[in-house]
Amino acid sequence: MNGGGPTIIGPLPAKTSLQVNGRQLDFVAEPATTLLEALREQCDVTGPKEVCDRAACGGCTVLLDERPVASCMMLALDATDRKITTVEGIGSVDAPDPLQMAMAEFDAMQCGFCTPGVVTAAKALLIQNPRPNLDEIRAALSGNLCRCGTYPNIFNAVLVASGQEPVEEPTDRGRSASGERA
Amino acid sequence: MNPFAYTSPRNTTDASALAVPNGDFALPVLKSGGMDLLDRMKEGLERPDLVVDLTRIDDPTLDAIDAGRIGGRVTLAMVAESEELRKSAPILGAASGSAATPQVRNVATVAGNLLQETRCWYWRMSQFDCLRKTGDDCPAREGDHRFHVIFQDGPCLMVHPSNLAPALFVLDGEVEVVGGDRTRIPIRDLYADPAVDWRSASVLSPAEIITGIRFKSAPNSAFIALKQKQSFDWPMVSGYAVLDLDGDVIKSARTCAGAVAPRPHPLPQVDAALAGLSIHDEARIRAACEISVDGADPLPGTAYKMTLLPVAIRRAVAAAAHSAGTARGGDA
Ligand SMILES: Cc1cc2nc3c(=O)[nH]c(=O)nc-3n(C[C@H](O)[C@H](O)[C@H](O)COP(=O)(O)OP(=O)(O)OC[C@H]3O[C@@H](n4cnc5c(N)ncnc54)[C@H](O)[C@@H]3O)c2cc1C
Ligand code: SF4
Ligand code: FES
Ligand code: FES
Repeated sequence: MNGGGPTIIGPLPAKTSLQVNGRQLDFVAEPATTLLEALREQCDVTGPKEVCDRAACGGCTVLLDERPVASCMMLALDATDRKITTVEGIGSVDAPDPLQMAMAEFDAMQCGFCTPGVVTAAKALLIQNPRPNLDEIRAALSGNLCRCGTYPNIFNAVLVASGQEPVEEPTDRGRSASGERA
Repeated sequence: MNPFAYTSPRNTTDASALAVPNGDFALPVLKSGGMDLLDRMKEGLERPDLVVDLTRIDDPTLDAIDAGRIGGRVTLAMVAESEELRKSAPILGAASGSAATPQVRNVATVAGNLLQETRCWYWRMSQFDCLRKTGDDCPAREGDHRFHVIFQDGPCLMVHPSNLAPALFVLDGEVEVVGGDRTRIPIRDLYADPAVDWRSASVLSPAEIITGIRFKSAPNSAFIALKQKQSFDWPMVSGYAVLDLDGDVIKSARTCAGAVAPRPHPLPQVDAALAGLSIHDEARIRAACEISVDGADPLPGTAYKMTLLPVAIRRAVAAAAHSAGTARGGDA
């Protein structure tokens, strides 16, 4: 404390609490800890991935009060009074979300490193907009890079998870999702 | 990031006081969304000993949107989604919705957007010194400056990174501030003259906090970004236009260019040439927009922007004339 003014936390490690996937997680960390570091290293919630560490890929996407954010570019202390959802909070191996089933069905991943972020961002879209069209899906996922280029399959998985027909989406190379020339 | 202390004041008076270097903390810094600040801290460009968090200030006006005002803490996502703004000044939603990614827009604030630092990659890397830091030279001049200026308004060749600032230029915007001896700053005075001061991100003192922006309504207004990538990236060149129409005739116009100069670059000569033209007179509108490059002195690596700028301005004028063309995003 500092006179009667606002509480000053740190710079030494201090007790921190996060609400992650409906559970309160308490740990001790320096204020310089990002939300991503806190989740992965203090809370053992390793779905969000560190890739660029600069809000430039979407691999670390989590939901903050139902909106996707880059957890690498936010301090854990910034998120203490917010509801955090990671891919672990969306479904489980035993009870996957329909979106996760559709991702598997459409083979919407190759290396899988972007997948937790993609599923989390797509889930946020479906909460807001249960039947998004292809443009809306593309826009909602425009903050998630997939270096394996699985985008057409991801888009189809989101369409099917929202009860719609998959499309034969031509890729940038002029091929459709099924590999035929468009 | 270096170790630092963290505090969340509940009112702007406390926040202003904490933001001024004092006995306890010599290097305090204000943080809104942190999208720019954390980037600089991770690179070691900024080593604060106290981060003053503005996200928990107890003041709903910071989060409010109405037809002529946006609170300083409103996110770019909220600006892009606002129906109210789509009617009163669609240029603001288009410029906000085109920036960065959904993940960034959900956190990045209006105030932070106006005050974000340059994207010049020499400046962003701690291993380079330059004129804008403590040095005497600009490595971009002889180096890779493909995203830098065509208007050399000062010795630093950076372009202003904010999508929102030029929109406020054409809307005659003002910034609301607290913590100093003024309460409003016209947007055209928020940034220092780059010929005189090429190091400051704005004219604000450390204690001054942006609490909102005010602007004139402009239903016929549009933003166009010409980008290498449709997501994640800042524009190569952007065009901004506000039209005052009498039927199909442009009574008056205000245009501005982004990503071509150290500050947003207003184009009064284009505005004068557009006045009195019919919105259907494509040839003369094209000619008016061609003179947007008047006075430019491009670098070898930015000569391509001489071709892009008139296109960005022309597309912005066309979109502003047909307000249907001011769709969210504004990417061309
Ligand atoms: C991948 C990526 C792409 C991007 N693309 C674009 C783009 O295309 N166009 C664009 O415009 N931007 C773009 N951005 C930048 C982004 O929009 C800005 O970083 C963001 O708007 C900054 O807002 P913030 O609230 O996070 O600010 P912060 O990072 O919190 O603060 C930025 C600066 O402003 C100061 N500050 C913050 N709030 C206040 C206040 N209320 N009063 C006084 N000082 C204050 C801080 O001290 C700091 O120096 C991009 C960012 C990323 C990561
Ligand atoms: S353009 Fe400006 S910021 Fe970039 S290296 Fe030159 S002086 Fe530094
Ligand atoms: S790791 Fe956070 S966006 Fe890339
Ligand atoms: S599956 Fe490999 S990055 Fe997307």
